[in-house]
Amino acid sequence: MSPAGVRDRLNVSIKQKSYRAASGEQLLVLGELAFSLAGGEVAALVGPSGCGKTTLLRIIAGLDRDFEGSVTLPAHGTLGMVFQEPRLLPWRTVEQNVRLAAPQATDAALDTLFQALSLTAHREHYPGELSLGLARRVALARAFAVEPDLLLLDEPFVSLDDALAARLRDELADLVDRRPVTTLLVTHNVEEAIGLADRLLLLSLSPARVLGDVPVTRPRTPRTPQELAAMREEIAERINQAYL
Amino acid sequence: MGARLISLILLIAAWYAGSRLAGARLLPDPEAVALAIVDEARSGALAFNLGATLARVAVAFTLAMALGSVIGLVMGRSRLADRLGDPWLIVLLNLPALVIIVLAYVWAGLTETAAIAAVALNKLPIATVTVREGARSLDRALDDMAEVFRMGAWTRMRHVVLPQLAPYLAAAARSGLSLVWKIVLIVELLGRPNGVGFEIGVAFQLFDVTRILAYALAFVAVMLVIETFLVQPLERHVSRWRPRSA
Repeated sequence: MSPAGVRDRLNVSIKQKSYRAASGEQLLVLGELAFSLAGGEVAALVGPSGCGKTTLLRIIAGLDRDFEGSVTLPAHGTLGMVFQEPRLLPWRTVEQNVRLAAPQATDAALDTLFQALSLTAHREHYPGELSLGLARRVALARAFAVEPDLLLLDEPFVSLDDALAARLRDELADLVDRRPVTTLLVTHNVEEAIGLADRLLLLSLSPARVLGDVPVTRPRTPRTPQELAAMREEIAERINQAYL
Repeated sequence: MGARLISLILLIAAWYAGSRLAGARLLPDPEAVALAIVDEARSGALAFNLGATLARVAVAFTLAMALGSVIGLVMGRSRLADRLGDPWLIVLLNLPALVIIVLAYVWAGLTETAAIAAVALNKLPIATVTVREGARSLDRALDDMAEVFRMGAWTRMRHVVLPQLAPYLAAAARSGLSLVWKIVLIVELLGRPNGVGFEIGVAFQLFDVTRILAYALAFVAVMLVIETFLVQPLERHVSRWRPRSA
């Protein structure tokens, strides 16, 4: 799909991933699960809570190596990740937090990034002085500052109010448009997925498998409420079909 | 500030009263002790002995803190190291200071090395236990973050791990400093030819309570100065990011 070819692809092929519960029994979290993303493609992993989305993301990020299967990162394999919580270092300022993760980022690049995320006024603040929405922005800035080959977003806008989440979503879409990056977004918010992604990967309840692969036609915006409702219905239908 | 001053004045008044009751031989009054301090300072003996003791405190404290922090960090992070090290720690923690000092002198002779090693060994397990507690409570989420962003070992230590350990290190340092200087005095009393502990030993044999108090007070004053001008500012510096409580 992309001219850069296979080297830019993210290939995920998991045979199985299980946890040993405290009681000693093996819990299968991920079943046979495979997909691949072309360079610059934005995919959303959509599935019910607790289906193993975060586990899958941890495996792809290399934080969990205890699984059967293989993951090939795009060339260079530089990762940018936004966790469910901002995960900033509370004892370092906003700017230091970003610079520590991205020591090679130039001043000009950071200026642009802080500007785009309206963080310029907060560069010298400590995370404890920020609202959750601002802290999330810093986490986004950090992930983009490393100029990642793969961007992993784990429900980056969960527990924000709708208006703020929508604004951050737009800012994220802008950033991705400006500097295309292969992106995997975990969410259970279908609207969010449609708003950001080129493809939706629908996951089943655990053990998670890919139930469906839904392309999202561009342009993504603007979309009428009717269109959104229609898409949501279609997705719900596909998920239901898979359970029958 | 006012309350502290009143408390201090009360202490000195009680000291005067006690001196009247017990007699100057058992408890010399504050004036006599102050004069003794001035005398010792004039002759240069005070500075020399304080210096010798402070040097031992500094070396033993640094050794114990450095080793204790490293061992504590390893034990807090690795279950195997914790299992291996724990029995040793329990033995060391429960070994009386005096036993370690006497054994050190017996095995290594009445040397400076033996003295400092004995003090450091007394402080080591407490520093280790405190830092281990800190290492156990390190935030896994921040570890993951550092891993994903491929932060180097030095960056992780300096910006992720050490700030989390700072309160534990401060606690270990604070309790350690007061423990170390007390043990250094005993070490000096038992086997060193100089230092505050040695002087107090001599004064004890001569039943010279004035001199005992003079050296003790001078040394406490020095430790107070270190605490006020070194330990507390350092603590304030490492916790500057915490939002001020009202």
